[in-house]
Amino acid sequence: MNKAKFLLLAIAAIVALSACEQGENDDGPAPYESRYKALASEPTMLKGATVLTGTGERLDDADVVMQDGKILAVGINLDVDDVTIVDASGMWVTPGVIDVHSHLGAYPSPGVDAHSDGNEATDPNTSEVWVEHSVWPQDPGFVAALAGGVTSLQILPGSANLFGGRGVTLKNVPGRNVMDMKFPGAPYGLKMACGENPKRVYGDKGRAPSTRMGNVAGYRSAWIEAADYRDKMTAADSPQGGETPMRNLKLETLAGVLNGEILVHNHCYRADEMSVMLEIAREFDYKIAAFHHGVEAYKIADLLRDNDTCAAIWADWYGFKMEAFDGIRENAAILDRADTCTVMHSDDDMGIQRLNQESAKVIGAAAKVGIDIPPERAIRWISSNAAKALGIADVVGTLEAGKMADVTVWDGNPFSVYTKAQKVYIDGALVYDRGNPSANPVTDFTLGTSAQHGGAR
Amino acid sequence: MRASTRLTSALLVLLAGTAYAQTTAITGATIHTVGPQGTLENATIIIDGGRIASVGTSVSIPADAERIDASGKIITPGLFSPLGQIGLSEVDAVAGTNDSTQRGEDYAASFDVADAFNPRSLVIAISRIDGVTRAGITPQAGGMDEAGNVSHVLSGLGSVVHLGDSPEHFVKRGAVVVANFGETGSDVAGGSRAAAVQILRAALDDAIDYRRNREASDRGDWRDYSVSRSDLDTLQSVLDRNAALLFNVNRAADISVVISIAEEYNLRAIVAGGSEAWMVADHLAAANIPVILDGINNLPGNFDRINARLDSAGILATAGVKVAFGANAQTHNARLLTQSAGNSVANGLTWDQALAAITLAPAEIYGVDAMVGSIEVGKEADLVIWSADPLELTSYPDQVYIQGAAISMESRQTLLRDRYLQTDSELPPAFRNRE
Repeated sequence: MNKAKFLLLAIAAIVALSACEQGENDDGPAPYESRYKALASEPTMLKGATVLTGTGERLDDADVVMQDGKILAVGINLDVDDVTIVDASGMWVTPGVIDVHSHLGAYPSPGVDAHSDGNEATDPNTSEVWVEHSVWPQDPGFVAALAGGVTSLQILPGSANLFGGRGVTLKNVPGRNVMDMKFPGAPYGLKMACGENPKRVYGDKGRAPSTRMGNVAGYRSAWIEAADYRDKMTAADSPQGGETPMRNLKLETLAGVLNGEILVHNHCYRADEMSVMLEIAREFDYKIAAFHHGVEAYKIADLLRDNDTCAAIWADWYGFKMEAFDGIRENAAILDRADTCTVMHSDDDMGIQRLNQESAKVIGAAAKVGIDIPPERAIRWISSNAAKALGIADVVGTLEAGKMADVTVWDGNPFSVYTKAQKVYIDGALVYDRGNPSANPVTDFTLGTSAQHGGAR
Repeated sequence: MRASTRLTSALLVLLAGTAYAQTTAITGATIHTVGPQGTLENATIIIDGGRIASVGTSVSIPADAERIDASGKIITPGLFSPLGQIGLSEVDAVAGTNDSTQRGEDYAASFDVADAFNPRSLVIAISRIDGVTRAGITPQAGGMDEAGNVSHVLSGLGSVVHLGDSPEHFVKRGAVVVANFGETGSDVAGGSRAAAVQILRAALDDAIDYRRNREASDRGDWRDYSVSRSDLDTLQSVLDRNAALLFNVNRAADISVVISIAEEYNLRAIVAGGSEAWMVADHLAAANIPVILDGINNLPGNFDRINARLDSAGILATAGVKVAFGANAQTHNARLLTQSAGNSVANGLTWDQALAAITLAPAEIYGVDAMVGSIEVGKEADLVIWSADPLELTSYPDQVYIQGAAISMESRQTLLRDRYLQTDSELPPAFRNRE
């Protein structure tokens, strides 16, 4: 208990420090930089809940204290002064859900042609596009995802291209523009795509790539060019000097990957193709943060683990295309058993509302073959492991002192189909409260429809 | 039963053997009959000749019956997927494996997907081991192809199949004729949903006229019709109420048009999709028109669904509308019926209503409820023995019975699973089949 008070001071000091570091200078934020501001919050204790910390731990009848936007303490019978106490008995408290693969805002509802902004399918390499410049914050899907406990999400470009462009990680607090929603400090992602989509899209246009080998040649050629650009930039910055090449948006993003600043998120279904992509990463010395979709990831669980690459997958999608033919529900169970970084993703405006249920499907399939996956382990798939894939695990994704207070309060075991998110806190602020609908966000698009009063709940 | 050696559970092996037994007694389970007997604790089901011979808490077990102990388990009727392309589609993006859509003018109402049904589809085993025992197989509208052909407003005939092993797969052929209103109707009708209504009316009017003037028409001594002779024949069954007219429709205003057409032509109508059906729930109840809902579709995916909401099943049921769950896009994952049902319980439906919505209600909607849909004496024995609450996604069937036979609980997916669970094997995966 004294420990909690000590922590309070320590956290306050850290918060003050980082506020200085990140404080706006006279010039304001850099172009395109995050302008996210947490909503107002008050120190709050969620008392007496079943807590899944996201670290693999489960605490029963435990408390979670949030202050100044951060987790202050998690433990049993915490005694903290001057906090609003929320009775969470019977509730389950988890880290806010993180979806590493969403197209909200870029392929928003309604899905009309005028809103189709997720695939710049005009060239197999469009590394120069940033999906944030397609994100429409009025997509009602953001609020629906919030009601499903989602506090952060990565928006990715589509998979038509070998290189689809930059992805962006957002806080799920609807703003006026994408800058208002950008997750402060989160690294950019680069969307890459294997397999059927790029070769179909460009093969149909009578141009490369039209085969999987064409795909691979396309990646390698691009990395050769990017490495050259990176080397010229490095040389220009060195004491010996060198001519600075003209700024090139496409190569800037690819060089960002080679410099380790931008994380590769690679749409890839088949085990053999993922294996080849890992070879390309070795050839050009970059890392693949996560394979997305990975319906055959279970065939190479050890390979992914040894390369420290996450597998972000669905629970049970299969059969919609040839490269999804071998999807099985035990995919995540086999990966998790091998200690591969396992992530449940949505790629879908319905799925994002129920990533807990996607995980539940795997728990059931695993139980059928005698693999027990307790809730404290499964929750990692939609919290800490997702944060790792996005490169934000040092600040979010678990309920640990000092982390961002992104917290979802469920009215039961989150892996029950009957359970709903009751309260969602983002940076300590109550952003969604099922019991108080009039206080919940409503996007402009939803105004005037009946959904304003219940549709997205 | 080649695969049974792979199954680790002795119970499953035992159950699988009962497929050949004449009489089977399943004892000790909690049975949700979805029939007049309600829910029975510690009850027994006697299966004889593929049918349910008796159900209850004090039934006598014939001496020669094979006994299956299901103590602590939960038994429900088999699940019924009312929409989709099970057996008509193997891989969505591989055109040659898809047979649910046709374009061109020769056949509309009479296009019969039953002739394309593949009882050996891999999707069947995948679906049935998760409890789906019956399915509606329905044709779909398609957009313009390269030759400029589009589908008709009427997509064709839908049938009901069972997913068991007996060779007669059709439970009811031509149970419904599928019609498309709303945005899809507009697409195939030349740019307005009003035209889709007009085309449907013309076809129905022609069918009535053809019935009255068949001889003259057959002699070639009568006016031309808007649809083919075979379509006119098919539409007779719609006018006779033998086949229902299943409308893919979401916007409330379009559903109101469905209600008036059903009344005007005295048709049996079904609303499928029904995102905004809740807005006209009372009218649907009064017209006795059931709704097949996508249970979790709560976003305005297009302007026809601008008022979609998650709790619409409860609103419809409260108003007295018969509700089933299903979606055209759910072919490969028809097993997700339980997720729709479970979420609807979290949003206003009772548990019993939700279970009925994936068992008895679709059977009633298709007019096959005398045969399946609930656990009642005389009905075919489609049963699922569940590990726990069937609507929970963490639950799974221990054994599924279709027409009284315990099916193999193997699918291509379980074979892949078992191969790649052998991570301690020195052999490459391709060699892991060796016994």
